[in-house]
Amino acid sequence: MESRPSVGAPTPAEVRVLDGTVGRRYDPVDSRVIRRGPDRRHLLLPSLHALQDGIGWISPEALAELCARLEVPRAEAFGVATFYALLRTEAGPRTVVHVCDDIACRVHPGYRDPAADTGHDGEEPVGVHPSPCLGQCDRAPALFVQRAGDDAARLTVTGSVAGALAAEGATEAPPLVVAAGPAWLTGRIGVVDPTSLEEYRAHGGYQALRTALAMGPEAVLREIADSGLRGRGGAAFPTGVKWRAVAASAQRERYVVCNADESEPGTFKDRVLLEGDPFALVESMTIAGLTVGAAQGYIYIRGEYPTAEERIVDAINQARHRGLLGSDVAGSGLSFDLEVRRGAGAYICGEETALFNSLEGYRGEPRSKPPFPTEVGLFGRPTVVNNVETLHNVPVILSCGAAGFRAVGTAESPGTKLFSVAGDVSGPGVYEVPFGTSLGELLELAGAPASPGAVLLGGAAGVFVSPGASDVPLTFEDVRAADLTLGSGAVTVFDGAADIGDIVERITAFFRDESCGQCVPCRVGTVRQNEAIVRLRSGSAQPGDTDLLDDLDTVMSDASICGLGHTAASAVGSARRLGLLDGAGARP
Amino acid sequence: MSTPVPIPRRKVTVRIDGTERAAAEGSTILDVCRDAGVEVPTICWAPTITPVNACRVCVVELEGSRTLVPACSRRVTEGMEIRTGGDRVRASRRMVLELLASSVDLSRAEADILRWLEEYGTDPERHGPDRARVSEPVRRHDELYVRDYDRCVLCYKCVDACGTEAQYTFAIAVAGRGFDARISTEYDVELPESACVYCGNCIGVCPTGALIFTREFDLRESGGFDPEAQAVTTTVCPYCGVGCNLELHTQDDEIFRVTSPDDHEVTSGHLCIKGRFGFEYAGGRRREGRTEADPATDRDESSSA
Repeated sequence: MESRPSVGAPTPAEVRVLDGTVGRRYDPVDSRVIRRGPDRRHLLLPSLHALQDGIGWISPEALAELCARLEVPRAEAFGVATFYALLRTEAGPRTVVHVCDDIACRVHPGYRDPAADTGHDGEEPVGVHPSPCLGQCDRAPALFVQRAGDDAARLTVTGSVAGALAAEGATEAPPLVVAAGPAWLTGRIGVVDPTSLEEYRAHGGYQALRTALAMGPEAVLREIADSGLRGRGGAAFPTGVKWRAVAASAQRERYVVCNADESEPGTFKDRVLLEGDPFALVESMTIAGLTVGAAQGYIYIRGEYPTAEERIVDAINQARHRGLLGSDVAGSGLSFDLEVRRGAGAYICGEETALFNSLEGYRGEPRSKPPFPTEVGLFGRPTVVNNVETLHNVPVILSCGAAGFRAVGTAESPGTKLFSVAGDVSGPGVYEVPFGTSLGELLELAGAPASPGAVLLGGAAGVFVSPGASDVPLTFEDVRAADLTLGSGAVTVFDGAADIGDIVERITAFFRDESCGQCVPCRVGTVRQNEAIVRLRSGSAQPGDTDLLDDLDTVMSDASICGLGHTAASAVGSARRLGLLDGAGARP
Repeated sequence: MSTPVPIPRRKVTVRIDGTERAAAEGSTILDVCRDAGVEVPTICWAPTITPVNACRVCVVELEGSRTLVPACSRRVTEGMEIRTGGDRVRASRRMVLELLASSVDLSRAEADILRWLEEYGTDPERHGPDRARVSEPVRRHDELYVRDYDRCVLCYKCVDACGTEAQYTFAIAVAGRGFDARISTEYDVELPESACVYCGNCIGVCPTGALIFTREFDLRESGGFDPEAQAVTTTVCPYCGVGCNLELHTQDDEIFRVTSPDDHEVTSGHLCIKGRFGFEYAGGRRREGRTEADPATDRDESSSA
């Protein structure tokens, strides 16, 4: 371990924060006797959050003290702190308003450019930062307030900066949730009090866990596999295969992880599930853990979802109190517990291996695959990692059986799918439809204009679809055949008046800002792509820019480490193919 | 000394560019290619460091894989069908090299990198005159080494050499994100304030001249760097009993760089501060109170005058 001149002492307030999160420093004499404890590096990110919340920034003195307590090198901890948008390593205003300027919010009539919107008249300085999608597209224009100090708070708000600062205590508008078919995933949302375990149970909650315990893990694995459930996070990998691989592992220590780092621009369906039906996720994770033989699960929730985090933490505490988590889950004699971890503002941490690194206290950089998480996952152990929506399907499958589940949807895409529809629609919200519903039907359901200017399917990593694509059935197999993607299930609609060039430029800026920087194709390629689109839009395109964009598409999608780079040119490419950029500047 | 007998490993059969090759299980595609005499370019790979596969210049085509795969870290499995040439592979390699050359100064990079920039037909200028570039001040704070991050390709080798691959000092890490990611100490404090122990192992692995001996940096900056007038002398470090091999790189009998062979069984290319930087006495010119004539030093002074 490093040794070097010590920096100054942390302030008493900083010491209090650290005492509360990582405990007191090991006594140097004792530590020689006790030796090093278990690796506590995974407490790094929660501790940085605690400093950010309590003090407003992470000072060199506090970082040094934290590193001494956790036995983490300072340079590495600094590298972690500077990786995240919600953590600051320089002193600044204790209140920061993150103003979403991403694809859905920037086309909303109420949207104000964060560069111009410094409208607050309080005496205390306030930081105003533009932000990538906050996952509040149904409540556009969205803002996220981060306030540090003894009255630390995180709030999601709709409107302007001035409104956001006055919004303390305001209740969030309930989301619009529509089911055209069985409301398997959304049936309890808006109907059942999300803070009441009793109500959850009265509406079918925890029946599936009982069924799972009665069936035994082998039968559950078979049922999940037979149901044909595929991951809803974007990759559509068969869930049963993942679970089976971990359950069959020779290693005893295993984990289940829920990826609730929903950050794909235009996507908010996981937020609605987390906020509206938190116990269902806790129950699903419990079934997953007991089925694959994991004793510990983690739910990694993006830092911009304070209400979701609060509800899930509350649900976990209630479940534990009632013996539905802990050393004897529901009287089964089996042990399983859950912990929530908070993201800190990094789209890349939705990539499963980047999520593991983030959770372990490292920079959120993706790992090379293979090995896959089912072999070497969280803390190097076999790990099941599933998206929120995927997990919500588990109780449904156990309740209605694999055959019942397959009765809805198509043979290759059974069940229902959630779509986050936003932008220029009269009903922005979450739509639960059977797989196979056409894009046109979905758009009509959400009140999209009869002939929209453009529709983006799958968020920034997705594709713009042609008007002719409205007949395409929304299934994994049909969209693939049409060279489209469902991605995260985001459907962002732009009316004829929208400047699609501006949207495309924002998407390229998104990838430029959110690339982790690890591999060359993505680190530099996303920058060059953004520059080429800016040139195109400003009428200063160079003669070779068309080839340049093609070459960037090739190297990013073929040679990047992870899905971020692989899809960073996807929306741009589709916009170019559809001629959506033709009006923008001189055509290259 | 007896030759260690390696644990026998199972053989797997793969095809490289259509030719069948037998390879030991656990070896990487890069290992197999090198054994077969097939050149695969690498930047972030080093023989003594676990591959991080960040640069992506070593990508090859693997049958059945949707994307290209990094040869440096992908381990071979039975029946792999690998193509190392072809338009698809060349297109990505060319772009990786071009993107690097468009963003940092590669003029002092290893000779192989400069050769690949030519061979793959890169054209960094097509990214426009206003393109973003890495722009960092030269950090020349002492007589030991200079950090010139305008040349840094973020290959992570210095970070790994400082950390778990060699030194276990952890003075530097990658900070920031995306294009703004930089190699940094905590809060960018200067090296004496950091954990740095001046072993110089980061310099030893740097492929682009971003980390460089101060003497070599000054020679190059002054335009006096002259490979024709240089020699490499292999010797043994005199400081302790370990017996690290040293390679003294000299120009006009003046040491400007010290390395150790990567394949040396004691050092694996890594040294400590004494072996790396403790060469001041060799020239002897700074000896105080020198009374006798020193022919070597006198010759030095006359030649540099």
